[in-house]
Amino acid sequence: MTAQVYGTAREALGDIADGAIVMIGGFGPAGQPVELVEALLEQGAADLVVVSNNAGNGEDALARLIQLGRVRKIVCSFPRQVDSWHFDAAYRAGSIELELVPQGNLAERIRAGGAGIGAFFTPTGYGTPLAEGKETRVLDGVPMVLETAIRADVALVKAYRADGAGNLVYRRTARNFGPVMATAATRTVVQVSEVLPVGAIDPETVVTPGIYVDSVVRLDSTTTLAGARPAAGRATS
Amino acid sequence: MTTTSAAQRLDKAAMAARVAADIAPGSYVNLGIGLPTLVADHLPVGSGITLHTENGLLGMGPSPAPGREDPELINAGKIPVTELPGASYFHQADSFAMMRGGHIDVCVLGAFQVSARGDLANWSTGSPDAVPAVGGAMDLAVGARRTVVMMTLLAKDGTPKLVADCTLPLTGMGCVSRVYTDLAVIDVGPGGARVVETYGVTHAALEDLLGLELGLTDTGED
Repeated sequence: MTAQVYGTAREALGDIADGAIVMIGGFGPAGQPVELVEALLEQGAADLVVVSNNAGNGEDALARLIQLGRVRKIVCSFPRQVDSWHFDAAYRAGSIELELVPQGNLAERIRAGGAGIGAFFTPTGYGTPLAEGKETRVLDGVPMVLETAIRADVALVKAYRADGAGNLVYRRTARNFGPVMATAATRTVVQVSEVLPVGAIDPETVVTPGIYVDSVVRLDSTTTLAGARPAAGRATS
Repeated sequence: MTTTSAAQRLDKAAMAARVAADIAPGSYVNLGIGLPTLVADHLPVGSGITLHTENGLLGMGPSPAPGREDPELINAGKIPVTELPGASYFHQADSFAMMRGGHIDVCVLGAFQVSARGDLANWSTGSPDAVPAVGGAMDLAVGARRTVVMMTLLAKDGTPKLVADCTLPLTGMGCVSRVYTDLAVIDVGPGGARVVETYGVTHAALEDLLGLELGLTDTGED
C-alpha cells in the first residue's frame, strides 16, 4: 500500500461532501495546513463540522470558511484570538455552533477516535462548566469526567517530509495535532515540504506510519521557513 | 521555610524570582501564559530545570535573536522560542499525557481568582458576551504534580483575587497548593489559606484586605 502523491493541493484534497467532519491540524501558525484549507475553500463544501485547536486568524482560509457560513459547528479549544474576527462575529450572531474542549481533552478524544476507544475518564474539567451534564466517576480517589472519542471524514495535516509509503516526519512544534488527527479520519490528506522515495526515511524516525496516510502533496508552505525547506526532489534525508 | 516578611511589596521580577526559588533543581516545569513566563528568567543556570510547553516541546529555550524566529518553533503563547540541547518534540496527546499523568513536577499558572481551598478560576471572566476560549488551562490545572499560581493579590479594581469561594467559572477544583503574589505567599488547600510570607503588609492587614481568616503555614513545608 502506498500513499497517493498529487501535484496540487486541490487534487490531493479530492471531493469533500457537504456536512463532512473535517479535522484541521495546527497550533497557531505552526503545523497549519494552510494550502490544503485554501483548497477546501476553493472546493466549495459547506455545512462542515471543523475540529481544530483554533478558529482561524485574520483572513486565513479557515477564517474565510467561517465568514462564508460554510462551517456549521467548530470543535475547538481556543477560538478567541486577537485576530479571530470572523469567528467572533459568527459566534455572536449565533450562526456557528461552538463545542469548547480543553486542549488536552481535544487531543485525547482524537487519539481515542483513531485508536478505536469509544470514551475515557479524565480528571480534566471536573467540577467546571465544560463538564456540566457529563457522566462522572471517582476512580482511585480522583473524580473524573467521561469524554467521548472524535472521528472525522477527512483530516488535513501538515508534516515536513513524506516518503512514497506515506510515512511522515514533522518539524519542531509544527507536529502538534498532526499525528493524532492522521489516525482519526477516514481519509487523511497531508501537505509536506518534501516527498522522498520509499526507503529514504529511517524507519526508526517515522512519526506517523504510512498506514494512516491516504494523499500527499508537496508544497512550499508559507508557514515553513524558506531556509528549512529542502530543495524539491532531493533524494535522501 | 519559616514565615518571614519584607518591607516592600514585590514587583513582577521579584515575584518571579520568589517562585523560581521554590523550584527544585532537576524539575520539569510548565510556565503558563502571562506573568508566569517571567519565572524562566530567574531559574539558576545549571539547575537542570527543564521547561515544558504544552504545544509539544520539552527543553524550551529563550527567545531567539531578532531575525532568527521560526514560525514552527513557538511556545503555548504562540511566541517564537528556541530549543536547548537535549530537547524533544512530541504530539499533543503525548504532551498532555505528560502533564495529566503527573510527569511534570511543577506548573505555574496565572489566575483571575483562587479560593482558600485551592479552586482555580483563570479561563473565563464570566462575561456573557465574551467569546470563550480555554486552551490547555484545565488540563494544566489538574495535571502537574504541583500546581501553583503567580498573580497580583488584588485585581486592577482593588478586588481581592484570593477569595473564600470563586465566583468566576472554575478551571479546576482544589488543584492549587500555593499562591505567589506581590503582597504575600499563601498556601491554599483543604486546611484553608495559610500565610507563608508577607511583603510590606502585616498579617492582620492582609486578613482585612482579603476579608479572610488566614492561618500560618507549617514550617518545613515542601
